[in-house]
Amino acid sequence: MTSRPAPPAPGRPAAIRARGWGWRHAGRKAFAVSGLDLDIAPGERVLLLGASGAGKSTLLHALAGVLGAAEEGEERGSLTLDGAPASGVRGRAGLVLQDPDSQTVLARVGDEVAFGAENLAVPREQIWPRVRSALGDVGLDLPLDHSTSALSGGQKQRLALAGALAMEPGLLLLDEPTANLDPDGVTEVRDAVRRVVDRTGATLVVVEHRVAVWADVVDRVVVLAAGGGILADGTPQQVLGRAASRDELARAGIWVPGVRPATRAEQRRSGAVLSPVPSAGPAAHGEALLEAEQLTVARLRRGAAVVQDVSLQLRRGQALSIVGPNGAGKSTLALTLAGLLPPSRGRLEALAPLDRGAGPAPHRWRSAELVTRIGSVFQEPEHQFLTARVIDELEFGPRRVAGLSAADARAKVEELIVRLRLGHLLQANPFTLSGGEKRRLSVATMLATGPDILMLDEPTFGQDAHTWAELVDLLDGLVMEGRTVVSVTHDEDYTAVLSDSVIRIDGGQAALAGADR
Amino acid sequence: MSVDILGPSIADSVLARANPVSKLLAALVLTVALLLSVDWVSASVALACELCLLPLLAVGPLQLLKRIWPLVVAAAVAAYGTALLAPKTGAVLLALGPVIFTAGSVASGAAIGLRGLAIALPGVFLLLSTDPTDLADGLAQKLRLPHRFVLGALAGMRLAGLLVDEWRVLGLARRARGVGAGNNPVARLKSFAGQAFGLMVQAIRRATRLAVAMEARGFGGVVDGKAAPRTWARESVFTRRDLWVLAGGTAIAALAVAAAVAAGTWNFVFV
Repeated sequence: MTSRPAPPAPGRPAAIRARGWGWRHAGRKAFAVSGLDLDIAPGERVLLLGASGAGKSTLLHALAGVLGAAEEGEERGSLTLDGAPASGVRGRAGLVLQDPDSQTVLARVGDEVAFGAENLAVPREQIWPRVRSALGDVGLDLPLDHSTSALSGGQKQRLALAGALAMEPGLLLLDEPTANLDPDGVTEVRDAVRRVVDRTGATLVVVEHRVAVWADVVDRVVVLAAGGGILADGTPQQVLGRAASRDELARAGIWVPGVRPATRAEQRRSGAVLSPVPSAGPAAHGEALLEAEQLTVARLRRGAAVVQDVSLQLRRGQALSIVGPNGAGKSTLALTLAGLLPPSRGRLEALAPLDRGAGPAPHRWRSAELVTRIGSVFQEPEHQFLTARVIDELEFGPRRVAGLSAADARAKVEELIVRLRLGHLLQANPFTLSGGEKRRLSVATMLATGPDILMLDEPTFGQDAHTWAELVDLLDGLVMEGRTVVSVTHDEDYTAVLSDSVIRIDGGQAALAGADR
Repeated sequence: MSVDILGPSIADSVLARANPVSKLLAALVLTVALLLSVDWVSASVALACELCLLPLLAVGPLQLLKRIWPLVVAAAVAAYGTALLAPKTGAVLLALGPVIFTAGSVASGAAIGLRGLAIALPGVFLLLSTDPTDLADGLAQKLRLPHRFVLGALAGMRLAGLLVDEWRVLGLARRARGVGAGNNPVARLKSFAGQAFGLMVQAIRRATRLAVAMEARGFGGVVDGKAAPRTWARESVFTRRDLWVLAGGTAIAALAVAAAVAAGTWNFVFV
């Protein structure tokens, strides 16, 4: 037996030390992180920032010991927890991931929280007290045999936090824990984390794009530079307060509290730039396209109604946001308006300028009729990818569905390639693109068939400030040229900058929340 | 909302409180006994005994029929097919042109149909009275199956429930791109294959994320080259009730075999 350092007592705050540390994922040319020197003292609470691709998640996974063995990548330098290599330490770090749905292991709440403690061979008589205290810490007042599927997003994330907590980790790692949540869920999870670190004193490292959420929970902000190394490091006041470093952060695509990324859309709204004359012409702009009267929608055919008695009219050049808490039925309403789900009750009618011979009921349209009238961009771009190359993806709609001639399709696609900056990616596989690129491509594939109405489901989820601004300006351009943009969103900045009308869905009812401009 | 195929929605009943391992073993004994012979006496005795146990399951006959009607239909189809094709021995019961049923062929058909149901029912009882988590606990703690395998399978089954929902979203997302509709069967098949591939991609992505989440919680650890030791928050225990479950399964099997031998219908299939 070789002598090993005595294992640290569970629950004692962990110390992190990186020296020239770097990691390259197998199959990639560039290092995801390189040349990192960083010390985090026991009990520090750190917000880790950086542009997309700066390697924040990679660092977090490495600290959690889940980056994998040598065949999964190449490591340089050293990364230690309490002096021991992070890859070999089990149970010192608890990790909470972004997606609430793919980190639940078991079917009952109590078993789920106990899972980590079981794996660390904690004696049975200690596990259940730990489970109860962890559930109490995160404020989940549920029976132990409650189903883990029947929880809201915020509850699922707090459950994941409790599962980590029952391991009594010295280090809590949170990888964008609130990116998929509505504003209530964000507050829920943030407050639970604050309570937990206050009680346990564990070291905390959070990765999140939206700085404002965490600014008063953490005592240190570390900004990773995109090319490797550290861009800024200090207290939240030092890093976020000084104008110079705020600008630097904004340039790196980080959401700085109180600063909305600059967009042409907002300048135009505030009158700083003159609005171009809408290219569809003043007469066409504002003409009614789609009308709903007492519309009731359901997720499944003959399923229970989720939103009832919605009456609205979509007009050319309108930008509508559908807002409300998660699970309220926003997406179901949008899917119905988009002709993908049949109305449960009430009337949904495509008016003459949209109908154009296809009939008044959008859900009865043939594929070619649908894609030239209404386009839908789903929350997960990968759900809509059909081919193995970006260029095929773009040409699919115009050529295979709408049946345009090769020359016409090419002209349409060429224009989109330039406009959405996809030129350097044409031969790439859509599934290998970055998050922002996937989003641009999924919008482009819908625009390729020239629909009058574009529906988007949570278009800004988890995006950094750069890709956010780019998307807003793109959509604003579409509105300017007379397209109708309908967005399901709980991004208040997005709604404020882009939308001219807002519908709020809550408790099965829809209310027009924002007056038309 | 995800479809919760593994929800903890097991009604409390005598069988629900027995250890899943004993239920599994009892079902296994019964299955082996019924596989040894194809005759209608042993099958109907076993089936009748099983139906008598319904109160222990706290499920009414109508409720049961609602859950297992596809099995009943399958058994009826199998019985009909066998009666149609089996050797035409004994008195002719019905003759409609080429369709001839005789006493012998009808007996063979009944033997096949009843046997199918008699073998399927114990499995149905196990499913309806058992939470999969408890079954996994029992398999790992009592039968000493490797816990990595058992818990991995359990987590995988939960994921399968999520995929039902994912399939629906994929269908809508593809319709939005202009794929899927149409009446041409070849195009439909191609579209189905495409959607299945899309589902596979999503399944792999989710499974990868779940594996990371499980690993981060200490699952699959290795200490000194061996699987790290693990404790179980829920203890899987055998009680006197489990003796009764095992004895009941064995008794039904014995009764079925004895009745068939006594009636002279027993025909050992491996001779």
